[in-house]
Amino acid sequence: MIKIFGNKATRFGFGDALVELGKTNTKIFALGADTAKSVALTNFKKMFPDRFINVGIAENNLVGIASGLAITGFIPFIATYGVFLAGRPWEQIRTSVCYSNLNVKLCGSHSGLMVGYDGATHQILEDISIMRCIPKMKVIYPCDYIETKKSIIACAYSNGPVYVRLGREDTPIFTEEDSFFEIGKANILRNGNDVAVMACGTMVYESLLAAEILAKKGIKIKVINIHTIKPIDEETIINTAKICRAVVTAEEHQLYGGFGSAVIEVLAKNCPVPVEMVGVNDRFGESGNAMDLIIKFGLKSTNIVNAVLKVLKRKK
Amino acid sequence: MIGTEELIKISANVRKDIIKMINISGSGHPGGSLSAVELLVALYFKYINFDPKNINNPNRDYFILSKGHACPVLYSVLARFGCLNIDELYTLRKLGSRLQGHPSRNEKIPGIDVSTGSLGYGLSIGLGIAIGIKKQINRNNRIYVLMGDGEQQEGSVWEGIMSAVHYKLNNLCVIIDNNGMQIDGNTKDIMNIEPLADKYKIFGWDTFVIDGHNFDEIDKAYSQFVENAKKKQGKPTAIIAKTVKGKGISFMENVISWHGNAPSEEELKKALNEIDASITHI
Repeated sequence: MIKIFGNKATRFGFGDALVELGKTNTKIFALGADTAKSVALTNFKKMFPDRFINVGIAENNLVGIASGLAITGFIPFIATYGVFLAGRPWEQIRTSVCYSNLNVKLCGSHSGLMVGYDGATHQILEDISIMRCIPKMKVIYPCDYIETKKSIIACAYSNGPVYVRLGREDTPIFTEEDSFFEIGKANILRNGNDVAVMACGTMVYESLLAAEILAKKGIKIKVINIHTIKPIDEETIINTAKICRAVVTAEEHQLYGGFGSAVIEVLAKNCPVPVEMVGVNDRFGESGNAMDLIIKFGLKSTNIVNAVLKVLKRKK
Repeated sequence: MIGTEELIKISANVRKDIIKMINISGSGHPGGSLSAVELLVALYFKYINFDPKNINNPNRDYFILSKGHACPVLYSVLARFGCLNIDELYTLRKLGSRLQGHPSRNEKIPGIDVSTGSLGYGLSIGLGIAIGIKKQINRNNRIYVLMGDGEQQEGSVWEGIMSAVHYKLNNLCVIIDNNGMQIDGNTKDIMNIEPLADKYKIFGWDTFVIDGHNFDEIDKAYSQFVENAKKKQGKPTAIIAKTVKGKGISFMENVISWHGNAPSEEELKKALNEIDASITHI
């Protein structure tokens, strides 16, 4: 049984952690772009009005201003919807932030299909790909509210640019305050040697559900939460692949260039084993209820189960 | 205080550096470097609070070359100002050189605080620095951003123009090297930016239109900005400097092909002679 400690969106983990950081570190600065309320910056704004600005609907300016603030010694956290943050000012992120290796933290909320009713324009499914390909950038996609808090605190003290992927919808909290978290270190959540399921973000919980279903069929899977997509934990991926000799990746993101691709890059070079990938297959999202979309696009625990059964047949 | 004659001499040396550097590297952007010479020479030798030996001084000023392709002029001025060895100028664009084709923060050259080269980014970065300074106690640094006139076509510039006024950043000075040309032709033909001064004014900037090669006019504008910056808050300053692309070298002046072209040995010789002749009266 998976222990659940409530339901809360990861964006609130971001907002709550930022308030905690703000209390002890006067260098923490937050910037919004007319979505400050939706990305849970309200409390930070109330408590630290001198260290908050809202630049309006102007994401290019948002990234530029954060770059300048970093030059003066602040640790700027900029947050808006992932599609506007990772997408529109991508070149500023590349050239102003990353090429200059400035200490800017980018928090892209409302990621994936689970934004729901707003539809394809707002459902960023490409941010992992376009952020992880930029030199100096770290990419983190926490699996629940508690892990998000830890990610935000860790990235405040990790020098250089970081992109953190956040979600709008309430999702189960299943990690604990005292569970281990370190940027770049994957967490093994469940042991089993038949197949390794490597997941990030919302798909970590679905992978644990898949493990329950498979256990009833006598199949034991290892579930690995790879919250840091860059720098990815090569050691854990290779060691796991050597033991399980079959891998499934799972992400609420495009398959091209995303998390699964990052895992495959490691496996192909070091330990080429059969892999099945669960994710969005080169298509845009659409409007609908969040969970209905997850089912329609094949991102449920049952889809992970099917991928495990498929990869088992290919396992040598 | 440094005199105009001295500034003219430094400017001549900077012009010589620029074309020598670009001749040796075999590529680079002479036109837009030569048009900004007086603007940068006056800024560094008269106004900027910046000591290359003490770049961590919390009250030093910041300069951002938003039109990063004009870095030969910046590298030369920084060298003449003591941030670089003059000899290092001749490594421009060579493999392993700190003098990248566009300025790079990673090379740790005093005076280059951020990498630039893609147009339309410098103003927002300058804004961030200006805000960051105002948010800190006991800091009163000034921030200068040099942009091109073609660069005004970038939408992000207007996001910055709007917000500098919103945040009352009187510690921010934008200088526009208004040489009237861009790679594909005359700015007025490609995408007209005029009436530029009216646009800045109506957005709420303290705006000056000056001859960007005349030290008296440059002085007036920079002095007014320094006065503006002494207040707690107020209007940002825009200096629209009317300049000549390729200024100081007759065959380069107002010739678009010299936007991004390296002079041959023969052209270099001719140019150096012209520059030397221009200061014989001093």
